[in-house]
Amino acid sequence: MPRRFSNNSSNDTSSNSPSFSPSSGKGGIAIKAPSVKSHRLSQFFSVSPKSKTESQPAQSTPQSTAGNPNTSPPISSASLSLPTISLSTATADNPNMDEKPTTLFQPPSPEEARRLAKQHAQFGPIGHASHRYSSRHPGGVFPEPVMDEPPYYYLLTTYISYLILIAFGHVRDFFGKRFREENYRHLKARNGYGALNSDFDNFYVRRLKLRINDCFERPVTGVPGRTITLIDRGTDDYNHHFHLTGTTTDTLNLSSYNYLGFAQSEGPCADLSEESVKKYGISTPSTRAESGTQDLHVEVEDLIAKFVGKEASMVFSMGFGTNANVFPALVSKGDLLISDELNHASIRFGARLSGASIAMFKHNDMRDLEVKLREAISQGQPRTHRPWKKILVVVEGLYSMEGSMCNLPGLVALKHRYKFNLFVDEAHSIGAIGPMGKGVCDYFSIDTAEVDVLMGTLTKSFGANGGYIAADKAMIDKLRATNAGIFYGEAPAPAVLTQISAALRIIKGDLIPGQGEERLQRLAFNSRYLRLGLKRLGFIVYGHDDSPIIPVLLFNPAKMPAFSHEMLKRKISVVVVGYPATPLVSSRARFCVSAAHTKDDLDRILTACDEIGNVLQLKFSTGIAGGALPPAEEMAPPPEMEKEWQRKRTANLTPPRWRVEDVIRRGVQDVKSPLF
Amino acid sequence: MDLAETQRLITEYLHELANLFHRLPGSAIFLRYVKSSYQDDPIRSAVELFLFLFAVRYLLAPKYSTKPGVVPLTEDEIDDLVDEWVPEPLVSQPTPLEELEVDKRTVIVGPVGPKSKLVNGRTVTNLSSFNYYNFNTNEALKEKAIQTLRNYGVGPCGPRGFYGTQDVHLKTEADIASFLGTAACIMYSQAFSTISSVIPAFSKRGDIIVADKGVSFAIRKGIQISRSIVRWYEHNDMEDLERVLAKVTKEQARKPLTRRFIITEGMFESYGDIVNLPKIIELRLKYKFRLILDETWSFGVLGRTGRGVTEHQNVDAAEVDMIVGSLAGCLVGGGGFCAGSEEIVHHQRISASAYTFSAALPALLSTTASETINVLQNNPDTVSKLREYTTAMRAQLDPRSDWVYCSSSPENPVLILVIKPDVVTSKKLSYNDQQFLLQDVVDECLANGVLISRLKTLEDNFEPKQVVPAGLKVCVTIGLTKKEIEKAGTIIRHAITKVMSKKK
Repeated sequence: MPRRFSNNSSNDTSSNSPSFSPSSGKGGIAIKAPSVKSHRLSQFFSVSPKSKTESQPAQSTPQSTAGNPNTSPPISSASLSLPTISLSTATADNPNMDEKPTTLFQPPSPEEARRLAKQHAQFGPIGHASHRYSSRHPGGVFPEPVMDEPPYYYLLTTYISYLILIAFGHVRDFFGKRFREENYRHLKARNGYGALNSDFDNFYVRRLKLRINDCFERPVTGVPGRTITLIDRGTDDYNHHFHLTGTTTDTLNLSSYNYLGFAQSEGPCADLSEESVKKYGISTPSTRAESGTQDLHVEVEDLIAKFVGKEASMVFSMGFGTNANVFPALVSKGDLLISDELNHASIRFGARLSGASIAMFKHNDMRDLEVKLREAISQGQPRTHRPWKKILVVVEGLYSMEGSMCNLPGLVALKHRYKFNLFVDEAHSIGAIGPMGKGVCDYFSIDTAEVDVLMGTLTKSFGANGGYIAADKAMIDKLRATNAGIFYGEAPAPAVLTQISAALRIIKGDLIPGQGEERLQRLAFNSRYLRLGLKRLGFIVYGHDDSPIIPVLLFNPAKMPAFSHEMLKRKISVVVVGYPATPLVSSRARFCVSAAHTKDDLDRILTACDEIGNVLQLKFSTGIAGGALPPAEEMAPPPEMEKEWQRKRTANLTPPRWRVEDVIRRGVQDVKSPLF
Repeated sequence: MDLAETQRLITEYLHELANLFHRLPGSAIFLRYVKSSYQDDPIRSAVELFLFLFAVRYLLAPKYSTKPGVVPLTEDEIDDLVDEWVPEPLVSQPTPLEELEVDKRTVIVGPVGPKSKLVNGRTVTNLSSFNYYNFNTNEALKEKAIQTLRNYGVGPCGPRGFYGTQDVHLKTEADIASFLGTAACIMYSQAFSTISSVIPAFSKRGDIIVADKGVSFAIRKGIQISRSIVRWYEHNDMEDLERVLAKVTKEQARKPLTRRFIITEGMFESYGDIVNLPKIIELRLKYKFRLILDETWSFGVLGRTGRGVTEHQNVDAAEVDMIVGSLAGCLVGGGGFCAGSEEIVHHQRISASAYTFSAALPALLSTTASETINVLQNNPDTVSKLREYTTAMRAQLDPRSDWVYCSSSPENPVLILVIKPDVVTSKKLSYNDQQFLLQDVVDECLANGVLISRLKTLEDNFEPKQVVPAGLKVCVTIGLTKKEIEKAGTIIRHAITKVMSKKK
């Protein structure tokens, strides 16, 4: 039986989050209560019988639904669920409801209500005009994000936890290898074949990750928009295998890289994509070099080039593949590639294929980079001491695990001095950062000519798929003739391309003027609002203030599944990451904020985090990273005084432990000042 | 006298020291501890003391670089060197061949179909896309794709590990596994990146790979990144394979057992011929190697229902450890897959980089792949019709041309036409000459309304270098009538004759 969760969740909100209701007493949300009733009533009487018949197929395995997506039970169930979402719907669309409550109010027809609910489950309407912000670097020195540290108690218990896990793992292996031999077949040499996997490498997966496997690869259905529909699953053998229970759960989506909220199955992007499938067919069945270039590809490449501010660009069907194939075309033996230590796996993959020498510098540390550059240029190539042919510095615009942005002003200053080439991977930052969504160059107001190659993905902010490379025309022309992705990779499909071009035109304001701006500003507001709220509640949060990626530090490994489960209980889906994606001690939950979220959603997240933070003892910030009550003189200090100022502030800091009500009350006004 | 005096002074001094030591609180305990723990052996204590002092000295010593050959330089010298250094431009000037590549790019306006409209307004017969079954503009498939689009949007906005696993992906994986008859299957979001991620997921440093010399670029990249020991055997030469396997087995006999793989393609990207799978299976079982088979070009094409080489040569798919294939191309979906046992698939979900670090495949491409596989499975006619057309096209080209021969196998709908070796020698054609000549053929065909392309290959930096002969690529599609196919074949043949005979 599909979980009827409109009933469920009303219990949920009353029992789990008593503090949530006060927030509704604020501003334009005052009309919540009446609208709840009308909406729920209308759902009860008109929609639910139909939905029952509709969701019948969902009980058989979800696989059957995929073959016949027309019935679409997941979507219809989404429309029934999440009462909070339908509330805000009603607010935005009927702002005068509470003034003329009785006679003139026409409740929306059931179809209309359902359509709106579906639409708002993918993209929430803005709650109030003030929920917007434009992110831009104010100029001057780009500060390092302040890395807060927990009390030693938590670090110690984290290490002890790992020790216990490893000890248990070895004990289980000891007995397992003797009594359950069949489970270890792939780790042992048998019949003259070497072991398929190394026993040692597999230990982490087998003994640590397996325990929390249910937090990963959760199957979903429908649009990964503001909400996401999880397909419930269970396990009978301790996470070795999962079986689908046949029900679904609608959750608030904090996990998808849907920064600008373009993951939608309706609206202009989807309409145009549908047109595109009708006109162009489903795919472009060729490589780009042979006959896989259509007018669509050329159009999208021009649009991207104009958008990011370069002469030309090329698009590929996979973001990972874009990086994996571009480096061999750019650098080779005799060249040096200096890479940030936290760069994405695809960059490492491509760099290894290129045959160039690889050096690393500490994450975002310009001083370390300068040391490495001076050493490289003065010493030349190892042993021969011939000068390097060229040096390519590779950084990411926004780091997906840290939430930190690259120090572009610092890099450009170094570039002028040391004459290296700069490659910026804007996988996460394009669309998500900057007042016009054009990535880090836009954010720092730096001319894009300063960056030689701009790479980015189209998967994230644009709700499509693939990646692009943008550079000077001469460079792109050369890359067209030397890049393996062009020669052998499949061309992007028409529907995907149309999604990209529609999204780009909305962002630029050519299509539905105003909407793109709204999305950008809401994303900036949401990012800062949630980050500030979490800091004030007392969480340790990494990254820069304007980043839409907000890692919340958990430290103890056992808190990863606990946090994930507790959030799931509150119908919020989050990503938890631990070793090896992060350093051993700093396991974290990662929130990806979207423009599709409303302030109510964020308040719901803050309330949930507040409760969970208390239960799991996650509020251990010292306040050095911000979140304390703003001091009287809030002006930033001159750079030379910064250390002094920082120390003084640290000395008399009280750790921020705000009540969630206060956080929500103060949030909107404080979000627009520097987040201290 | 002097000596006695010195001796007296030293003794006095030592006494003073001893007194000082005894006056320290806890010194008695320390002394007792040292005495008892070292069995009252002063020499041993002295040695230990020396070691302790040495350790202190070592720890306090200044750090020095262990890198060999670092030239110590002053800051000013470094500044001068920085000023002097002139890097090369990031990309070099394009070669004539690369310029040709950019200038001659075909741009199709509107849908890719058997007849495609080009940017200059002409409609041509398209024999350059891998649209063999003309699924791309199939109305029923389009309808399904639109339905998926309306339920899932376009992109899944996340990697498979983090809420990017949609039910449609699970379904497509299950569909492929049951189609091939393997236990499990894993999907990647780009066909080209699939094999280059599958290989390094299993084959690590120290493992052994025996690979065909003619394998595709993607496989070479996978082998390169795995950093395994590679032994190559002559293209499709089973005797050479056996020789290499025997040699490797002998070499490794005394060493600890490592993973060993044979990697080859089902239908070769650069040559178009087919592997001898039964023989390879026999050898792999004999020498205990695992087999990775890349069916990128054969999946959906070979066999009665398009299951690939395994069906074509009557081999049980379970005999192959990993079958890698493509869902893009003729299946008009997107992405690639790797099918195999559950352990093999499970391991990739954690450690194959193109899977874990990449966003998932768009839902509509995944459902399309499911649908087209279903169509193939239920209509073996479709596949046999393609074969019939391929034979018809081949008859127009291979036996009747004096200039080129077709290196593809008769079942391959991609006809790779290579200039005959005697023509190359008699006209003294370099590799670049051949490419320019073939581009002239392509242009001539296009002037007569048939779109084909050169076999596009890229040289890589991996030793030993692979030399792929220059060739033309003609892709048959059943979206045309047989007459049209034959006519196009004639046009291509005439174009080849015209261009080649003009060249002195």
